[in-house]
Amino acid sequence: MGELVQLTSFGLTEGEVLGALGRVKVRNVDYADFYFESCVSESVSMEESLVKRATKSVSQGVGVRATAGEKTGFAYSDELTKKDLELAADTARYIANSPSGTETIPVPVCRRPTRDLYPIERAQAEVATADRVSLLNAIDAEARRYDSRIKNVMASFNTEYKVVMVATSDGTLIGDVQPLSRLQVTCIAEENGQRQVGSFGGGGRVGFVFYHEGDRYLRFAREAAREAILNLSAVEAPAGAMPVVLGGGWPGILLHEAIGHGLEADFNRKKTSAFSNLLGKRVASDVCTIVDDGTIPGRRGSLNMDDEGTATGRTILIEQGILRGYITDKLNARLMDIPLTGNGRRESYQSVVLPRMTNTFMLAGTSDPEEIIRSVDRGLYAVSFGGGQVDITNGKFVFSASEAYLIEGGKVTRPVKGATLIGSGPEILTKVSMVGHDLKLDEGIGTCGKEGQSVPVGVGLPTIRIDEITVGGTQS
Amino acid sequence: MSADLERTRSWSGSEERRSFADLASDLLAKAKRSGATEADVLIADGETFSVQVRLGTVDRLTKAREKHLGLRVFVGKRSASTSTSDFTTDSLSQLVTETCALAKAVVEDQVSGLPAADQMAEERLDLDLYDSTRLNTEQQIELAKRVEAAAMSMDDRVTNSEGGDFDSSSGRVVLGNSHGFLGEYQSSSFSMSVSPIATDPETGAMQRDYWYDVQRKFAKLDSPEAVGLEAARRTVRKLGAKKVATQRVPVVFDAETAGSLMGNLCSAVSGYALYKGASFLAGQLGKSLAPEYVTVYDDGRVVGGLGSRPFDGEGLPTRKTTVVEGGVLKSYLLDTYSGRKLGLASTGNASRSVGENPSVGPTNFFLAPGAKTAQDIIKTVKEGLYVTDLIGFGINMVTGDYSRGAAGFWIEGGELAYPVEEITIAGNLKDMFAGIEMIGNDLKFRGRIASPTVKIAEMMVAGN
Repeated sequence: MGELVQLTSFGLTEGEVLGALGRVKVRNVDYADFYFESCVSESVSMEESLVKRATKSVSQGVGVRATAGEKTGFAYSDELTKKDLELAADTARYIANSPSGTETIPVPVCRRPTRDLYPIERAQAEVATADRVSLLNAIDAEARRYDSRIKNVMASFNTEYKVVMVATSDGTLIGDVQPLSRLQVTCIAEENGQRQVGSFGGGGRVGFVFYHEGDRYLRFAREAAREAILNLSAVEAPAGAMPVVLGGGWPGILLHEAIGHGLEADFNRKKTSAFSNLLGKRVASDVCTIVDDGTIPGRRGSLNMDDEGTATGRTILIEQGILRGYITDKLNARLMDIPLTGNGRRESYQSVVLPRMTNTFMLAGTSDPEEIIRSVDRGLYAVSFGGGQVDITNGKFVFSASEAYLIEGGKVTRPVKGATLIGSGPEILTKVSMVGHDLKLDEGIGTCGKEGQSVPVGVGLPTIRIDEITVGGTQS
Repeated sequence: MSADLERTRSWSGSEERRSFADLASDLLAKAKRSGATEADVLIADGETFSVQVRLGTVDRLTKAREKHLGLRVFVGKRSASTSTSDFTTDSLSQLVTETCALAKAVVEDQVSGLPAADQMAEERLDLDLYDSTRLNTEQQIELAKRVEAAAMSMDDRVTNSEGGDFDSSSGRVVLGNSHGFLGEYQSSSFSMSVSPIATDPETGAMQRDYWYDVQRKFAKLDSPEAVGLEAARRTVRKLGAKKVATQRVPVVFDAETAGSLMGNLCSAVSGYALYKGASFLAGQLGKSLAPEYVTVYDDGRVVGGLGSRPFDGEGLPTRKTTVVEGGVLKSYLLDTYSGRKLGLASTGNASRSVGENPSVGPTNFFLAPGAKTAQDIIKTVKEGLYVTDLIGFGINMVTGDYSRGAAGFWIEGGELAYPVEEITIAGNLKDMFAGIEMIGNDLKFRGRIASPTVKIAEMMVAGN
């Protein structure tokens, strides 16, 4: 058993961590863990052709948790001294209503995650500010070169370098290093006094070289400019229920909102989800198979281990239309007696673990994307979206198109202004009649919010046809 | 200096709190020595305690103290910002060096810099933002249990719950800059909420809603029973909701959802969106935006207000700004930087989270109330929509195009006829503000932004 390298970076010994664990894992506590985290985030941003803002933030702390039955006691501290650990431990175990005292903790197995999905040296994650600056300057030039109607370009490059270590009362001491970066471009176009906006971005658990591969950063700039220019000529979007074709990639936000959140175990244990009693039942047409997969190398939603030290995996949520499983963390898997899927995630040491998605996508089907569009007489073709939201309990969800076109007589015609699409989670996928063979994962921009916590996620989708969904435009 | 930092490390007691001012002064001096021409330091610390109860038993208990320090330096016209939660001497020294190096790596920005020295807040104003009431763990659990129990007991159709919550927090902000400004204030907040779930006995369909209150003073909170009953009432009335046909109708926003329209207005008058050309209100200062009975204020000095503060994120005095008067856009909301970009003075609206550059944020931002009750307003609608819930982010701030998911009630003959869901409402914010027909008398603050009930002449409702 080797010494875990993360222990040193937090200035702790194994004895100190075990001592604190013993203090919180008292008799009535089922499970306890310590989550140590140190995070450096950096951001450089540009507007008006000037790279004028740079920020850097350093945070470090520990979150301590004890669970007893359905109860969770949680405390956190930004100090890592023995005294602080003990104070937090005492708060966390209050929940178990147990006398203080120590319990022997199994000697933990020190280990590294079995996967290495983002083998990036620190040196590769840390990019000289001057390199970030020249990247942003080149983006500005490219977007303006794309079309002279581009009047402002705003771009930012953000990186995060997170070192985590988890010590659990079930005998694990494990650490991971989690780099993350994202490049975002927004363009404002202006013509005849009308202004429009277009955005594009991407990233992942990748090094700086990722943005240069195939001049990816310049493509991001052109895509943002293209969307802004396109929207200058957009007509009013239609209103009402109609067939909608979703393009591949980021439109997979449909899955995230319509079914992903509803299949998180906590809502189902509490029976507050519209999916609570639907395991084994049909919730989608038989062309739909949907998975949550945290093991794809370099993806924004991927992790070697979740924030409870469990290896991430690939979980089948819906198989040929039948609801097969929920995504779980330790607490909910134990209480529901269902498999642990490695989806216990938290925003930081300051937040509790919740079951969360990683990369959620639909597997490719057999239809030709062109044929899917040709099958629609009058409807909408939506290829890019802003955010979405869901009401877990009644299952109603929305997602808002930022680039969409009318389909008229089987052909993609005019671009339309942004519109929100609204549907019902347990029903919408039963209306998916065609699934393309062109599965695409998104570029790496998603951030999911739940109970005030944000975590990076991915989505993916092939081109699909939804026979009917309500489109929130202004033209009847 | 190291002695002060040692005290800070110990992290308890009033002595250490006093030393935050010294810490700020030390860092400012150090920044100057490292080449900064100007600098400011923001230190925030606080403690939070939250309880969640579900179905009568404690579900989650969270307790924490935290602290954070943000440093912004200017090296001539270049600037950078950093932050840390590590207050050790070595770490802070490194932070100063890194921040100055970071500033030298970006380009000059002609309008960057601190506010003018003679503009800084001078009076030490007590806005009554702090309540020293400390609730112990058992008291707080009891309050969370009461709010949930009240919600669960109102109606047999309330069958489940996402939980009752009680949170309390308090904290202090210390801001110092190289002009010699040093200000600080304490604040506290107490909040309570419950999220009941109701089941339709016939169909088994579920609906969830919630209700809440939040106040700086514990004594001013609504009773747990009042909050719980309102939550249950709001939830049960949603049972049996259906879609409606796509049509253009008048739309009445209840006070909560009308507050979100004020939030949209607030974003549109933010100096940053305006100078970037990213707001549909760019160039509209002095022009008519809404009917003459529409008046909107941002008031940073409401005693005990949830958005009140004696000085803003740059140390400028807060004030009451008339944003819209007689329907005319009278003022944007600005900090020093966005003001300079637009050739205008700051309105004292610099909002600052530790480690970020200042941005513009509201203090207490609200639509001035009218004379009619919500009931009176609904009575004027023959057929239309009463909106109680909005979901999604379908707003294009550059054009004002608006399309969001909605739920609420269908109005027939001036009465709420039945609940509706899975619909959208769409229009353009410019037309929506111009189309405000009536304003209610029911203004109540439960946050920084508030509005009474608002009736808008017509919007597109999409459903079947």
